[in-house]
Amino acid sequence: MLLALILIPFLAAIGILGGLPARLTAVIASLANILVATYALSCPACCDGFSLQVLADPKINLSLGITGISAIMLILSVIVTLAAVYSGKCPEGREKLWFSSTLFIAAGAIGAFLSTDVFFFYAFHELALIPTFLMIGILGRGDRKEAAWKITIYLAFGSIILLAGLLMATMHTGSFAFSDLTAIPASDQNTVALLLIIGFGTLVSLFPLHNWAAPAYASAPTPVAMLHAGVMKKFGLYGLLVIGMKVAPQGMLHWLPWICVLLLGNIIWVGLVTINQKRLDLMLGNSSVMHMGYIFLAIAALAANPANSIAEPAAVLLMFAHGISIALLFSLTSLVEQKTGTLEISQLGGLAKKAPALAFLFGLAGMASIGLPGLANFAGEVMVFFAGFADWTPGESMDWVQITTIIALWGVVISAVYMLRAFRNTFQGPLVKATENAADIHYCEKIPAYILAVTLLVVGIYPKIILQFLSL
Amino acid sequence: MQPHFIEFITVGFGLILLMFEAFTNGKKSEIGLLAATGLAVILAMLFCPAPSCCPVPEWMERFYSDDQTARFYKIIAVTSTILVLLMSVDFSKVLCKFTTGREDDSATGEFYCLPVFACAGLMWMASATDLVSIFVSLELVTISFYVMVAFMRRNVGSLEAGVKYLILGALSTGFLVYGIAWIYGAMGTTDITLYSSILESEAYHLNYLLFGIALILLALGFKVGAVPMQLWIADVYQGAPTPITAFLSVASKAAGFLVLMTILSPFLAADATGSTVSSILLIMAGATLLYGNLAAISQNNFKRLLAYSSIAHAGFLLIGVATQDYNAVSFYLGTYLLMTFAAFFVLALIRSEEDSDELEAFDGLGKRNPLLAFALTIAMAALAGIPLTAGFWGKFLIFKSAIANDISWWLLSIAFVSVAAGFYYYLKVVKAMYWNTAKDNTIITVPVITKVVLILLTAAILILGIYPQPIFNLLGQ
Repeated sequence: MLLALILIPFLAAIGILGGLPARLTAVIASLANILVATYALSCPACCDGFSLQVLADPKINLSLGITGISAIMLILSVIVTLAAVYSGKCPEGREKLWFSSTLFIAAGAIGAFLSTDVFFFYAFHELALIPTFLMIGILGRGDRKEAAWKITIYLAFGSIILLAGLLMATMHTGSFAFSDLTAIPASDQNTVALLLIIGFGTLVSLFPLHNWAAPAYASAPTPVAMLHAGVMKKFGLYGLLVIGMKVAPQGMLHWLPWICVLLLGNIIWVGLVTINQKRLDLMLGNSSVMHMGYIFLAIAALAANPANSIAEPAAVLLMFAHGISIALLFSLTSLVEQKTGTLEISQLGGLAKKAPALAFLFGLAGMASIGLPGLANFAGEVMVFFAGFADWTPGESMDWVQITTIIALWGVVISAVYMLRAFRNTFQGPLVKATENAADIHYCEKIPAYILAVTLLVVGIYPKIILQFLSL
Repeated sequence: MQPHFIEFITVGFGLILLMFEAFTNGKKSEIGLLAATGLAVILAMLFCPAPSCCPVPEWMERFYSDDQTARFYKIIAVTSTILVLLMSVDFSKVLCKFTTGREDDSATGEFYCLPVFACAGLMWMASATDLVSIFVSLELVTISFYVMVAFMRRNVGSLEAGVKYLILGALSTGFLVYGIAWIYGAMGTTDITLYSSILESEAYHLNYLLFGIALILLALGFKVGAVPMQLWIADVYQGAPTPITAFLSVASKAAGFLVLMTILSPFLAADATGSTVSSILLIMAGATLLYGNLAAISQNNFKRLLAYSSIAHAGFLLIGVATQDYNAVSFYLGTYLLMTFAAFFVLALIRSEEDSDELEAFDGLGKRNPLLAFALTIAMAALAGIPLTAGFWGKFLIFKSAIANDISWWLLSIAFVSVAAGFYYYLKVVKAMYWNTAKDNTIITVPVITKVVLILLTAAILILGIYPQPIFNLLGQ
């Protein structure tokens, strides 16, 4: 049953390459995935873990299973996939590449989150590499070729460092199963933690290894940007939570000061870079890099004290919320481009007059990204900030995590600045040349946006609906 | 049937083919198909387990062993030869052009018979357990290759490649023989199976031994394309006929590595020589990785790019030899066969159709023939080491043994950079196929043999990428 979640998009993608009607197959596949995922999550006992031994020595199994965090990531993946197949404008005649690549990337993401074996956890993430390279290089926009090379080489480099870390981590027990992961001898923990932080960090665009992310998301076709920024990025964070903390807790504690400084680099430095952006797509790309800093803050809090009970739920909830909100933002940005032909903020204005529904949805997504209460991101962010102070009692001196939390709070202000400014300049004010003839979004285009927006609202008001899966 | 008969049968088959070719008048490429069929029968014989009633006779025992590893490498040798012959059949147009200069194929008959002899030599090398039999079989292989590399006598590149290969090959043979002589002097015997006990009993001269090992490392370094003996690879690979380049790249390299492992394993395992030999191998590995990857980055000729990339792969394999993880090396070579032949089949086809090996000839291949482009993409992804393809498992196992054996972080960093560089130059080809537009958009038709082989190879790469156990089963694990 769990294997079906991976096979459905995978076989659908192959079918599309073989000649099936592209868009229809993609939509059916994503809907089917949502149904299967709902079934799998509503009855966890029915879907026993799947395991197939592929290698005897070392013992490696293609094993799938749903644990707490992966359940939430699975929900994120299937929802974003459904939205992604409806988003963006596929160039004439390129439906095959467009939809099959989207499905391959989705299959890779789902496979990575469902894996309970370190090897296949790593391997499924790489399934997305070539489809991404081709999609950005062929169907992207702007500086697409340079962006495609950057993302591919950066991710390759990060992946191989990650592989070294994972090999060192599993070296001692000899087993690659998640269930066999235990803390390794202390002498190796610092090295392993460093390798995992660099490796996973590159995949998550941790400062200073973040240069690839913004150009790639800006140049990528919309479904690819949605899947990468929304889902694939969370892979690295998931890995740190599930593997890093289990295998090298003292190592993570050892590198805590560095993690704190680097995550502040993400929030403050990249945040200021985001304020400086003049294009909507580059702004969103940089903002997604910036928001990773908050999730790293939760991981830092967890590293400082593994018994911190708020840190993990905080990280997971924010991962989910950010994934949904950034996917929504990218989807709406592509609609802005389709309606007006430009994404330069200076050339836009007054779009709300012509496209009120689009303005409302963009406003909702923007507010979510800033962290307005009532939407999912606020729930996640506030939990992260609480997690930062969870181990502190008044009167104690403040440690790395507490000071970092205080500085990180300014990120909310930074994100308010760029998001509100972008919204004002794009949607409000007088009409300009580019927006004079814009039409509002129609029915088909509303579907992905409403799915994502409703998710943000529901989770924002009742986060327990997602967090309940953590106990699976 | 006694195990050593298989090589005799292969040589006999080669001789029969030569006679057949000389005295019949049919199309010469049919001889290629005949040879491939015969070798397929021999391959089937290899898969049957050795009957225990017929072990290797006593007088052969010293020179020939029939263990599982030997069988694995024989399977690699025979499979490579079959694929080379199939590629040659589809390559015959180019062959005819550069041998007789006209459409007639009267001068190309031997081209389909020589690989059979090389195959016999490779199979013998797989089973060799004595320095002398290693040398003799190596010579059979090398001399066959001298002729095959220079076969396209009206092509200056091929002649130049042949001369370079001959001269450097002769030089390395000299090193090999001299090294064998010193090791014989130091150890007192050429029988490799006795070396571990001699090393333990300390009845040898250490310095003479180390000198002999150094000479042999140079000679075998030539064979596998390791620094400092790698300079011939780019020119010889580029000039030789494409099927022979594939043959060199896979079978000759595999046999070279097997000989390296056979000769070095007692020395690596012994305390007295182990750390010295292993350090030398690791330094060679690092230099080879750097040279191969850095040189490949700037290449615009696909054949030359594959040549430099094969040097890079040799670097990874040397790490495996140094850490004594011989199963990882054998596994890597098994998957290397699949990926390399897939790439070379596409290259041979483009060379026949477009008359060019340059990367520009691949522009727009995604539109001209999606199947070819897809097969080449999978081959490039596998060579780069993207997971879920067979090529990743080889790198995975090598990295695993490197980390488990505490390899220096310098070498590991070089390996990291190599993988990233590999992504660049392998994906350069994918980029050309899909991003660039072709000069003329005519559809390329793929001949039947190439089509079937490409489909099989691509399927094997993808299936083994998820389920690699069959190759380990062949290795007897």
